[in-house]
Parts: sequence; structure tokens; C-alpha cells
Amino acid sequence: MSTTFPVQQTAKRGQWREGSGAKLWLARNASQLALAPSVAIILLAVYGFMVWTGVVSFTASKMLPTYEFVGFDQYWRLWSNPIWRIAVDNIFIFAILFIAIASIIGMALAILVDQKIRAEGFFRTIYLYPMALSFIVTGTAWKWILNPGLGIERMVRLWGWDSFRFDWLVDPRFAIYTLVIAGVWQSSGFVMALFLAALRGIDEDITKAARLDGAGSFQIYRRIIIPQLGPAFLTVFVILTQQAVKSFDLVVALTAGGPGNSTHLPATFMYMQTFGRDQMAVGAASAMMIFMTVTAVVAPYLYSDVRKQRDDT
Amino acid sequence: MLNRNLVLATALLLSGSTSMALAGGPNVEVMHYWTSGSEAAGLNVLKKLLEERGVTWSDSPVAGGTGMNMVQVLRARIASDTAPAAAQMHAQQVQAWASEEVLTDLTDLAKKDDWAKVIAPELVPLISHDGSYVAVPVNVHRSNWLWYNKKVFDSAGLQPPTTWDEFNEVSEKLLAKGVTPLALGGQPWQELDLFENAVLGIGGADFYRKAVIDEDEAALRSDTMVKVFDQLRKMNKYIDSNYPGRDWNLATQMVIKGEAGMQIMGDWAKGELSLANLQPNVDYGCVPAPGTKGSYVWLTDNFGFFKTKDKDKQAGQLAMASAILDKGFQEAFNIKKGSIPSRIDVSMDKFDFCGKAAFADRAEAQKSQKSLPSLAHNAAAGATKTGVFTDVVSTFFETPSVTSQQAIEQLVTGLKSAQ
Amino acid sequence: MTHDGIVLERGGRYHLRRVFIYCCLMFIAAVYLLPLVVVVFTSLKNIDEIRNGSLLSLPKAPTLEAWQQAWSDACIGLQCSGLKGFFLNSMILIVPAVGLSTAIGAINGFALTHWKFRGSNVIFALLLFGVFIPFQIILIPMARSLGTVGLANTMPGLILVHVVYGIPFTTLFFRNYFVSLPAELVKAAKVDGAGFYQTFFRVILPISIPCIVVAVIWQFTNIWNDFLFGTTFTSGDNVPVTVALNNIVNTTTGVKRYNVDMAAVVLTALPTIAIYVLAGKYFLRGLMAGSVKG
Repeated sequence: MSTTFPVQQTAKRGQWREGSGAKLWLARNASQLALAPSVAIILLAVYGFMVWTGVVSFTASKMLPTYEFVGFDQYWRLWSNPIWRIAVDNIFIFAILFIAIASIIGMALAILVDQKIRAEGFFRTIYLYPMALSFIVTGTAWKWILNPGLGIERMVRLWGWDSFRFDWLVDPRFAIYTLVIAGVWQSSGFVMALFLAALRGIDEDITKAARLDGAGSFQIYRRIIIPQLGPAFLTVFVILTQQAVKSFDLVVALTAGGPGNSTHLPATFMYMQTFGRDQMAVGAASAMMIFMTVTAVVAPYLYSDVRKQRDDT
Repeated sequence: MLNRNLVLATALLLSGSTSMALAGGPNVEVMHYWTSGSEAAGLNVLKKLLEERGVTWSDSPVAGGTGMNMVQVLRARIASDTAPAAAQMHAQQVQAWASEEVLTDLTDLAKKDDWAKVIAPELVPLISHDGSYVAVPVNVHRSNWLWYNKKVFDSAGLQPPTTWDEFNEVSEKLLAKGVTPLALGGQPWQELDLFENAVLGIGGADFYRKAVIDEDEAALRSDTMVKVFDQLRKMNKYIDSNYPGRDWNLATQMVIKGEAGMQIMGDWAKGELSLANLQPNVDYGCVPAPGTKGSYVWLTDNFGFFKTKDKDKQAGQLAMASAILDKGFQEAFNIKKGSIPSRIDVSMDKFDFCGKAAFADRAEAQKSQKSLPSLAHNAAAGATKTGVFTDVVSTFFETPSVTSQQAIEQLVTGLKSAQ
Repeated sequence: MTHDGIVLERGGRYHLRRVFIYCCLMFIAAVYLLPLVVVVFTSLKNIDEIRNGSLLSLPKAPTLEAWQQAWSDACIGLQCSGLKGFFLNSMILIVPAVGLSTAIGAINGFALTHWKFRGSNVIFALLLFGVFIPFQIILIPMARSLGTVGLANTMPGLILVHVVYGIPFTTLFFRNYFVSLPAELVKAAKVDGAGFYQTFFRVILPISIPCIVVAVIWQFTNIWNDFLFGTTFTSGDNVPVTVALNNIVNTTTGVKRYNVDMAAVVLTALPTIAIYVLAGKYFLRGLMAGSVKG
């Protein structure tokens, strides 16, 4: 254990007494020991499996893993697959729009709900409930709503607006944006809750003082309140980023990658190659690309967080 | 360590209540994706038959992704060394598993029950591997069916098309009458269904073999293939604009309601039609897809059995393999499922008009070498190559800017990298 | 605690603004409710009405027949006894899985904040990275690992998987919550000679309720709604209810009964919706109490 975890340097302070060695050692390293099982299991189940996936990506594995190595062939195969390139473009479009819109709408909802309204709990629950449902549950309903022949477009036309069009779901150029809509619907309520909690934590005296100085509401939010939401923004960013990277059910339920393979994301591509196309190694190669991208996006956040904590202590 | 103790304690506590142990005696765990309606009802016949024969059936349904979810779960089970006794698989999946050497050899049973004589001959190469039998076919579906609404056709004075040119003429007339000519669900496999029917209907059986089964580059680059893709492009205007992602049964509904004139779909469509109380030859008609008369494009569902050392499981596997080819089961199951028996010697008296027609057409196609494996349903090519066809055809069909030549180019390069 | 100053303008402009705010709130609420409304309406129709009518229309003759079928008659594979038997599986799964992952997360969070050691920040970063792993990637190696320890295809195996991949989340929540607690609390206990677990149970745990609520709700939602792990690591009669639901709604070549599908959907979602409605207030309180402050 002590090789994994730098032992706290307390022994040299002379507090160590003879006789109760083992017990004292346990007490002194209680924190490390408490973390040890988690660290061990995450080392295996996250990092170990990542390494394993990396190994498989260099093999010729098809249905089941084999260990016949073929160098970078699978990566070449991966990048020559037009659908993978679509999936890569899509994840950036999707993640950026999803994170931005869900944050903005979540923030707007939080501000609206924060206006001393009646039935706040009622509204809050409605905005939050999509979080409780998976797309296995709501997928069919979403498909109907977004389908021009069944859902919103048909409804609006029945109301008399004959030229109304909302056919993104069936248009390869726009279908990816319907995924953003459904994704935002699911997650923006949670973002609202995060921001709302942060809003309520802000010292009222400051805003009162600003009001006395004649600042308008808009200015108060822009200059005083929103800048104080920094930590909440970071949490929102982590939660939304992990949701964007893992988006899978959303695609399966709404478009299954269509129309014309225009809405695949790396996760669905990886699943399809591994289990639908007997190309486990190509799937593994795509998984490695996902890992690398996530690391590139997340590492700066983790680094700054670790740095900040180190400065604090 | 508190955490670990908790995990262990809970594990012990729960393993009692959730143990997987079955009662002694022959048993079989069956993994399949026939999770609802007619297909589950059909499989239930097999379960009952096995229970009569003293075999315990343990059901492991995994729905979704047109079978892909089941494949995923099956791989995980094999990776964890807890393979189910039996699993549902399409023809080419049998071959794939057989080459991983995980399937039980059924040759002794096959000799005893004389499979070589009773199973449809075109299936035999795909259920055997290196000279041994490794799977049992449950049913045979036909994918080259054209379903049409008789009332719509009668009122427009139309006959069902027998060639793709006629199909285009009929479609123009239906369009003029304000009816959507073709009901289609824009899911990759449904588009691939259209493609394989166009390949066969325009190029004929030999061309189908060369292009789809052998993936012969000359055939793929031929003018005939250009015509096939041109025909698909034409069909863009014979379908409604809301087709992407639509489930096949919603497309069938359009034919039932008369919103659409025709649908090209396997014979499971009958389930939806009979649920709406429509009668074959009265309310709807079934004819071979345009240009495919005389050919029979088949797909089968098979059960393969995973190797095990457990004697009770082995007994259960053999009992199940034998029961699947039971004449009574073949009849009862296939009537429910809308398919025809994998045996060639089952009485067809109780089947409906389309079922009888399928059976007769298969017998004829077998004689003329025109019984062909379906590409869209994993009978003609392995998963990787089928995947290339699927991707190219679906992208082509739903992206108007792609030309037939480009699609062919993508097919050829894709198939090369799938080697 | 709302910002009185902002809304305290009186007069016409004030009223106009209130009306505007309420209109916004109602409109957004209607949009958010739409999918649920579609699901519930459909579940109350009979199959002919769905087949012939508009999918978004009000049910003409509402009936609970589909609900009853989904609960006790719908076929899931060859077993036609509805969803009811599978709720118990989900309960057996969810209680230990949520409990364990929350408990471990709490201890980890405490160790990483108030009982720090050199490298503890690195450990935290190491654990946190786990939240970004798409689970589809780890299915095969996880299956193999479970097979090695003899937990493959069992409920304890599934619980273990959920606990493992829940730890990064719960650790994140608790660590961010505990960071905001004053260090004096723990220092005082340490001076009194209390050890790690004594301090945790006597001092920290009693004031962690809000964060526990957050972690429990998060874990409950994720585990209840999980389909991928459930279908991969359990089978047959053992599967959680979401997997059973998938088997009802996700047929390939079978005939679809949308009303039963939708009723099954609502039944499956009821526990999570109930949790959000009942515990929503505590959820917000928990978030407010500091688990957002990074």
C-alpha cells in the first residue's frame, strides 16, 4: 500500500510510540486505506480496461478478442470510414451546442424561477423531471413529436398554418440538431437546479447595495450575480461534458444514426462496429480516439482543479 | 476494510435470493430477440413441446437494435464463460460463431434425424461448418415480397408490377391519384431490402450472386449496378418525405389505410396485416417483388448451441435441436410467425394464401437455382461486408447529392477494406 | 433568499413584467411536458384509435386496459406476466447499489478533503476521470473480469458494476460538498483524539444529509434507468425492470402495441418521477448546501 500512497510524514515528528505498531500504522494511514479499494477498483475498471482496449485496437480482433497484432491497420481503417468522420464532426457540433444551449437555458430557467414566483416547486419539478427519464422511455414519444407527418409540423398545420415546416428529424443536414433539442430537454432542468442552488447561495447584501446605486436588474445579473457562479459553471461543465461524450441512448432512440448515417456519434459508431459489424478492433480504435479526446478536453480542468487545491492547502 | 466487507456481505446475502440454479434434469437457456407478439407466441410452442419432453426452458430475451443488442450480450456472456445453452442467429452469424469454434457439433443428431433430406437444401451449407452440422434452422422468411392494397389498385385500375419499369409506371399513376406509391421506413435494413430486390429484379439471379455474394468487382462496377442505384434514386420520389427512421410496421399501416399503395417487405408484414383483419387476396395482395418472379430470396433464423461440459445442458441442447425440426412445431410456429418451414416436407394445408405461395415458389426456385440468400438479413455475406452495403446504400438513398457512380466507388473501396 | 431588490419595482411595468415571467414559465413548462403528455395520452387509448387517429390527439375513450396489460399480461419474451415481477429485481439491485456507492463516495470525499495526504489531489483526479468513460467500451473486459471472480450473470455482479462506475460520481459530489465545510470541525475532533472513522461518523455524517440526498437521487436515477449493464450482466428472470421494458417496446419483426408500450413506459418511470417530485426540494437544498461549489 505504501508504495501506491505516499505515507503522511508524521512519524518523524516523534509521535510514534513503541508497542502498538500495526494498530497505529492503520490509524495513521486510515485515509489512504479508506481510499485504497476505490482506487484499486478504478485503476482496474477504468484505466486497466482502457489499456486493454488500447491493446485490442492493435490486433485483428473481429467477434471476440484475439491477440494477433496488425500495427496501426485498424486506425487506418477507422479513419478511412466515412461514417466515423461524420461521427467525429457530429460529436463536436453536438457537444458544443448541447453544452452551450443547456447551460444558457438552464441559467435562464434558474433566473426565471428565482423571481419570487408562486408555485415555484411545481415549475421546478416540471423542468427537472426529464432528468428522471431515460430515452429508452421517451424515445418513441420524441420520434413522434419530431416526425413531420405525426408531430409538431402536422399539429401546427392542422391549426391552419399550412406552410409551417419542422422536418429536421428527416433531413440529413439538420437531424443532428434534433438530438441537441432532445438532449437539452433532458439536461437543462438539472443545470437549472445547479444554478438555482448557486444563485440562492449569493449574498443578498451585495445586490441590494448595487440596486441602491441605481443598477438595473440586467446589469446586476451580468455584473454581479453571474460572475459569482464560477464553481457552479465548472460542475455544470463536467456533468454536461460527460453526458455529451456518453450520448448513446439519445441517438439510438431518435434516429438510430440516420437519416443517411448523418447522426452517428463516436459512441454509437463504436458500438455498431464492435457488435454489429464484427469489427471489434476498429471499435477499440474508435474507443481510443474517444479516450484521447476526453483526456485532451478534461485534463486542463482536472489540472487546474488540482493546482487550485494545492494552493489552498 | 469497511467497503470491501460491505460488498462481500451484500454479495453473499444476494446470491442466495438470486441464484440461477435450475432444477435437475435436462435444461436449456435460450437467448433470443423474439420478445413480443407473434414471434414470442411462436417460440412458446417450442417451449411447451420441450417441457412435454422433460426439458426445462430458461428464457433470456434481449430485444433491440434488430438483434445487435443480443449479439452484444451474447459476446459478453461468452467472454465471461457463461454462454447460454442456445442462441438465435442468422445464417451468416452461424458461420461466424462456428469459426470461433464455440458451437456444439450436432452431426450425430443430424444423421439420426436425416437432416440432409428434410431441411431445405440451400440452408445446409450455412448451418454446417467443416463438414459438421452446427445449427438448426427454425424458419424461412422471404424478403422479395411486394404487398399492395387491392382496393387502391382496383380503384385505379392497376395491376401489381412485375418489372421495375412497370413499378415506375404504376408509381407515377398512383402519384397522380394522390397516393404515396411505396411505403418505406427509412431504416438502413429496410433500404438494404429495397436494394437487394432491385439488384435481383434488374440484374437477375446470376448478377445477384456475383454482386452480393461474391462481391465481384466487375459486377459491382457494371452498368447493371448503375441501373440499380438509378432505380433507388427514382424511388426517392415514390415515397413520402417523412420516411426516415420509420418502423416497418408503421409503413405497413400506410398500406393498410390506403395512404400508400405498396410495400416491399419480408413476410412478417402479414402479422400486421392480419391484426388489422385484412384478408390476403381480398384486401391486400402478395406478389414477388418486381422482376423477381421465380426467385426466392430467403433469410432464416437458426439456433446454435454453445459447447458445454454439463450433461444436463447437453441433453437439453440435443432435445431442443430435435424439437425445432418437429413437423408439428414447424407448422405451428411458422403459421404464427408468417414464415414457412425450414423443412421441405411439412404439410402447408393450414397456411394462408401467401404462405402457400411462398412454399410453392421456394420449391420452384430450388429447382432453377434461383433460391438466394438475403443480403439485408445476414444470409448472403458476413457482418462486416453487409455493413459496407448497409452504410453505402443508406447514405446514398437518403442523401440526394450522392451519384450512383460515387456509391459504387464507395462500395468497392469499402468492401476492399473489409477484407 | 431571492433577490428582493430586483423584483421590487412596483406599478404597471412591474405587473407587465410579472405577466411576462409567468407566460415564459408556463410556455416552457408546456414544452417540457409534451413528451410525457404524448406518452400518457397514448397509454390511455385503445389500439384502433392509435392506428387511425393522430398520435398527439386526446384519447376519446380513455381506458386503463393497456396499463393493466403492461403491469400483468404483457409478454416479455415467453413470459407473459407483465412488468410486475421485475420491479422486485430493480429494488434488489438498487438498494445495495445506491447504498454502497453513496457510502463509499462519502468516505472517499471525506478522505480527500479533511484527512488529506500528499497526492490526494492526484487521487481525486484519477477517480474523477471515470465519469467520462462511455460504458459501451468496457462491456467485454468487464464481463471477463466478472467471469474470473465468478460473478458473471448474477445480481451481485450487476450491483458491483454499478457501484464501481458510481464511485467517481459520488466521490465528486461528496468531495465538493466537504470542501466547503469548515476545517475547524474536523480539527476539533482530531484534538479530542478521534480517529478517521470516528470523526467521519460522529462529526461529518450528521451534517451530510443534503449531499447524501443528491448522491442518492443521482445514483437512483442512473441505476434505475440503466439498460446496458442490466441486459449485459444479468439475464432471464433476474433482469431489472428497464431491461424488461426494453424487451416489451423494442421488438424487431413483431407487431407493436403502442398503448401497452407507453403504459409500460410510464409504469417503469413512476419510481424515478416519484423520487423527483417528493425529494426535489431536498435535492435542491442539497445542491445549495454546497455540492456545487467546486
